[in-house]
Amino acid sequence: MDSTAHSFVANAHRALHDAKLQQSLGRFKEGFPVKRRAAVDRMPEFDALRQAAREIKDHAIANLDLYLERFAEKATANGTRVHWCTDAEAARKKILEICRDSGAQTVAKGKSMIGEEIGINEFLEAEGIRPVETDLGEYIIQLRHEPPSHIIAPAVHLSKDQVADAFRSHHRDYPEARPLEEPEVMLAEARAVLRQEFFAAELGITGANMLVAETGSVVLVTNEGNGDLTQTLPRVQIVIASLEKVVPTLEDATTILRVLARSATGQDLSVYTTFTTGPRRSDDLDGPSEVHVLLLDNGRTEMLGNEFREMLRCIRCGACINHCPIYAAVGGHAYGWVYSGPMGAVLIPNLIGIEEAGNLPNASTLCGRCEEVCPMQIPLPRMLRQLRNRQHEARKSPAAVRYGLSGWAFLARRPSLYKLAMGLGVGGLGRMGRLKRNGGRFRRLPLAQGWTGARDLPAPAGKTFQQMWSERGGRRQ
Amino acid sequence: MSDAHATILGSIRRALDRREPADVAAAAVAARLANPQANVVPERGRSQGADAVARFVAEAERVNATTERVAALADVPERVRAYLQAANLPAGLKVAPDPDLAGIPWNREPLLQIATGKADDHDPVSLTGSFAGVAETGTLVLLSGPASPTTLNFLPDFHIALLFVDRIVGSYEDAWARLRARNGAGVMPRVINWITGPSRTADIEQTLLLGAHGPRRLHIILVDEAVEPAERS
Repeated sequence: MDSTAHSFVANAHRALHDAKLQQSLGRFKEGFPVKRRAAVDRMPEFDALRQAAREIKDHAIANLDLYLERFAEKATANGTRVHWCTDAEAARKKILEICRDSGAQTVAKGKSMIGEEIGINEFLEAEGIRPVETDLGEYIIQLRHEPPSHIIAPAVHLSKDQVADAFRSHHRDYPEARPLEEPEVMLAEARAVLRQEFFAAELGITGANMLVAETGSVVLVTNEGNGDLTQTLPRVQIVIASLEKVVPTLEDATTILRVLARSATGQDLSVYTTFTTGPRRSDDLDGPSEVHVLLLDNGRTEMLGNEFREMLRCIRCGACINHCPIYAAVGGHAYGWVYSGPMGAVLIPNLIGIEEAGNLPNASTLCGRCEEVCPMQIPLPRMLRQLRNRQHEARKSPAAVRYGLSGWAFLARRPSLYKLAMGLGVGGLGRMGRLKRNGGRFRRLPLAQGWTGARDLPAPAGKTFQQMWSERGGRRQ
Repeated sequence: MSDAHATILGSIRRALDRREPADVAAAAVAARLANPQANVVPERGRSQGADAVARFVAEAERVNATTERVAALADVPERVRAYLQAANLPAGLKVAPDPDLAGIPWNREPLLQIATGKADDHDPVSLTGSFAGVAETGTLVLLSGPASPTTLNFLPDFHIALLFVDRIVGSYEDAWARLRARNGAGVMPRVINWITGPSRTADIEQTLLLGAHGPRRLHIILVDEAVEPAERS
């Protein structure tokens, strides 16, 4: 998909003034974090599981070549056709080739972030093939021609009225004046419409939550069951997976499953966890006759070799997003590309470049909740700071920030000048703050409108920390 | 090896900058794959016997499955008829062609229309067996095959699953061990479905709704009578 990450500031501004979005985000904040907390409280060994899950991924990533080779070998032996793809374009070409070979006109799709990454829907449409998203949230945003705003809750930014409007304008076979206020009614309608699409589709595309090297199996997790219909009914199945999805054994996959849903939706386990190994066997009564797995690099091997390797542990649970105060304020679309929240602010610059997405790492208060809740213990705040450094070094940060920092650095390297300047500055602000018309707070300050635009700045005490420290003779009291 | 395959493996090996010789890493990986080990198994996954059965029932009901328990396969037809009646459903169902279910005396309920095979779009109710039940989260484990077509688990609105009580295990790891004991190490059926409650979504305003694309209701009948699992290819 096309990125608008470069205009994050403008995107965020628009989002903050979008009343409908703010209402949806209000609902969002109450949901996932509370459920996650409850699920974690029901699992006293949660931290031990996190640690074990982290070690599994670290080990798998440190031996990525060996485990991918083994996965490919086992999958091939089970009748799966494995295709290695270096980038998005190679993956799109391969998918199109398979679609053409199978004569597919309609493609059922399970929700896949890799699918979003490679822009598969737009691409297939341009080639005259009709992709139909089958996850309810993805289906809704496909009708609205929108990207997902959350990796596990793609339509979380919408109200039920907006969903009803989308159904009214697209489900032409239904009476215009039908009642469509209740979510149950909307769901029943979507279920009926999509059921026909499942049967019409000649080909199904899903993502993968994990690949199991031991057995050559693909693990897919859903709550709706759409992923399973997508990979059971059409004659041909394509799985698109990025390289870092591989884990060694079924036991290792199991450990990760124990932290995945708890971190994501606060469920102990998602409703459907499916391990698929190859196409229909000779005596099977159902299932696809052809299964393809695309192993996609698209920037992963580069991250493997740099300081963002640990990001490859990410299992896309969305916990960091659900606990991010910035995401809660601006929503997912402001980030301008496939991912959002803290994981998006780290992934997007790595996948599409710091020039395009350099502003995203600044969209963080570095409060650290993301790292706290991450089941894979990914040091997201550290990575955000590293990306800020990169942006600064690439001279992509705003001029005011660069000059301000240079000025501060100049002073900080000269202690007596620093003391003098800080003394004057803080003393001056303190005196101004005590003026009657200010009453101890500033309503407006030059160079700090960003702060004072929404709140007052309390005036400083009038003395610097160093001054107060030396007044008490350098002792703790 | 395709060009892309070689390119990607090359990029990985360069990025990994391996400190140890490649054959040492390869031996460690091969050992791990040859002898899969359980990692942390939480307390809630360590129940056994009657405790495991109680936990299975409690966890399955917590995620909106319904359960009942019968002494023998002979009790199943009457219970199924009663369930369909209570749910206001027509007295018919699609049954998995599973030899483990062959002992169900369907003729005791002559009004029940029994068909066997895979599911079609117009089958409102399916009945399947289960390979195992995992107490930890009330999860059913179903294996695909000629005796258990996958469509039965997803297309009908109502899924009735039979679970022999002696197939309830504490943890997922226990279920893997049973699978390896049955099939041999690394031999997988085409599909393994872990099913934890009926299908659901919360994609409209985070309102939890049952019955998104899969079954709206999941009813589990626990059967005390032990039936030797049929030999399968």
